[in-house]
Amino acid sequence: MLRLEPRVSHSSLAAWLSPLLAMLFTALTGALIFMALGKSAGTTLYLYFIDPLTTSSSLSEVAVKAGPLILIGIGLSIGFRAGVWNIGAEGQYILGALFGSSLAVYFHESTNPWILPAMLLLGILGGMVWAAIPALLKTRFNSNEILVSLMLVYVAELLLIHLVQGPWRNPQGWGFPGTRMFPDAALMPMLFRGYRFHLGSVIAFLIPILAWIILSRSRFGYSIRVFGSAPLAARYSGINPKKMIWISLLAGGGFAGLAGIIEATSTIGQLMPKISPGYGFTAIIVAFLGRLDPRGVLLAGMIIAVTYIGGENAHVSAGLPKAVTGLFQGIILFYLLAFDLLTHYRVRFISRTAGAS
Amino acid sequence: MIDLIIASVLTMLTAATPLVFAATGELICEKSGVLNLGVEGMMLVGAVFGFAVASFTGSALIGLLSALLAGMLAALIFAVLTLIFLSNQVATGLALTIFGTGLSALVGFDYVGKTIDRLGQIYIPVLSDLPLLGKLLFGNDLLVYLGFVMLLLTDRFLKKTRWGMILQAVGDSDVSAHALGYPVVLIRFGAVLYGGMMAGLAGGYLSLVYTPLWAEQMTAGRGWIALALVVFASWQPWRVLVGAILFGGITIVQLNAQAFGLGIPASFLNMLPYLATIVVLVLISKDATRIRLNAPACLGKPFRAAR
Repeated sequence: MLRLEPRVSHSSLAAWLSPLLAMLFTALTGALIFMALGKSAGTTLYLYFIDPLTTSSSLSEVAVKAGPLILIGIGLSIGFRAGVWNIGAEGQYILGALFGSSLAVYFHESTNPWILPAMLLLGILGGMVWAAIPALLKTRFNSNEILVSLMLVYVAELLLIHLVQGPWRNPQGWGFPGTRMFPDAALMPMLFRGYRFHLGSVIAFLIPILAWIILSRSRFGYSIRVFGSAPLAARYSGINPKKMIWISLLAGGGFAGLAGIIEATSTIGQLMPKISPGYGFTAIIVAFLGRLDPRGVLLAGMIIAVTYIGGENAHVSAGLPKAVTGLFQGIILFYLLAFDLLTHYRVRFISRTAGAS
Repeated sequence: MIDLIIASVLTMLTAATPLVFAATGELICEKSGVLNLGVEGMMLVGAVFGFAVASFTGSALIGLLSALLAGMLAALIFAVLTLIFLSNQVATGLALTIFGTGLSALVGFDYVGKTIDRLGQIYIPVLSDLPLLGKLLFGNDLLVYLGFVMLLLTDRFLKKTRWGMILQAVGDSDVSAHALGYPVVLIRFGAVLYGGMMAGLAGGYLSLVYTPLWAEQMTAGRGWIALALVVFASWQPWRVLVGAILFGGITIVQLNAQAFGLGIPASFLNMLPYLATIVVLVLISKDATRIRLNAPACLGKPFRAAR
């Protein structure tokens, strides 16, 4: 007979083991799905998980895709640690791209080297502004931040569509929705000739290291952890809950906004009706898979990026719908949540007779 | 003018119906103490399987039943994870929505742009032909009436039946309900599956009656709006109707403003339901005491029987 016993303290071995188990089981489940779709499981799994790691150009693509996931994931993990559920990062990402790109749209002939840094700062601001709405409504009116931040995703998407179809549309664009291409000064420098790996990706890889130092070594990081795991104790020790909610949402929004403007100024180079393949939602998985720890988020961002690139490979060479990637992301989170049982509980095998005596 | 009003009311009711289904289902689920944020995902799964089966069998009714079943199976994953593996309900609900979005896009890949025979409108000869009220009262599709029936049944179930009381006891105090000998986990299992079934029905209504077609992410946030409606309704069935009709009304404003060309860009009109949800949430949650009094006390908390 199986029995669950709560652990006194979380098992850190299990905490890091469960993402590995989750990935293994996702791959196995993937194999079954591919067979059901009439494909060879071995070949398709190779396309998804191994092939993206085999050439330097696909590695560069993985790094480029991982960038926004890592940035947003870092921001979200701060909030999730504090028990603040910002799930509207997709909207904050879009607003970051909108705010930042406004400079490139209005000064479309600019050669000023300061335009790019200014755009990045505006991007962070844009994400923060969008996240400030749920923060304000939560702290002032006690409104549920999950629903408010999510509703704002739809509003942000519609705002973007309005701008690129109307006021910001490229006058020389033959009526297609989309802004002018950004001037060179407003584009992220590419670092290696022939690869899309850019300065923004470097920023995305440096931020987790910074975040790790701040979160593990500062009083602030400690407050966040206490607030999330024991809100009452936090209150008695003088941690202001409203401040924690504001910080959580602003951090999430700021990083998502930064990710948005980096994406707009690098791989896209303009604004279009769709500027994200759902990074803001996928980053939720990245944050959990990375155990809400910056080092983990860095790793998880790269792993999930591999499945994005793998999904594109499989789409091109095996004719599989790209939606499979989204399905995998859901499944990996399911398994992760299931295996997390091992972190919080100890599974004991006991025989009935022993239990009776 | 009168025709316009009647047409508007009919539109409002059809727009409100999927919200009524999803919200009453979630209401039962939350009353048992389980917060399932996966409504959007379950609706998508219901919508796509309903459409696929209807297109395969040629019967919209079989399609609709499949939508119910599909929503229920999606909820089963959630139930197993949260009730047996004791996973975090918020995270698991999000996972269910992400999973449902991916799965429905995959299954619906071959069905984008296809059409099916819409689930039949019922037409009651004499009654529907009555002037004015005839069309209003008897000219809707069958499921609109089912929406009202479900509201009535949900209300009666919670207030008048023994099982309704037990369900609420489980949601308000799982430990006491367990001590009294009620199977807490089993009851919650049932409530979650029921919520999934109703979300599946809501999705099936969208793809088989409302549009009727399949498009990726066609639920467009209705699952989340349904979640907001439950809060708005303070967990009371009839107030769900008020909220759902409010959102149905917004649909009419959208359509009419577009038709009359008031010069408001379509994107802004399309924002209305989402902005309205936020406004409604703010108005309702301002009164924190009321939420606390009405919300099931164990909402979102995992339960593990101590031995």
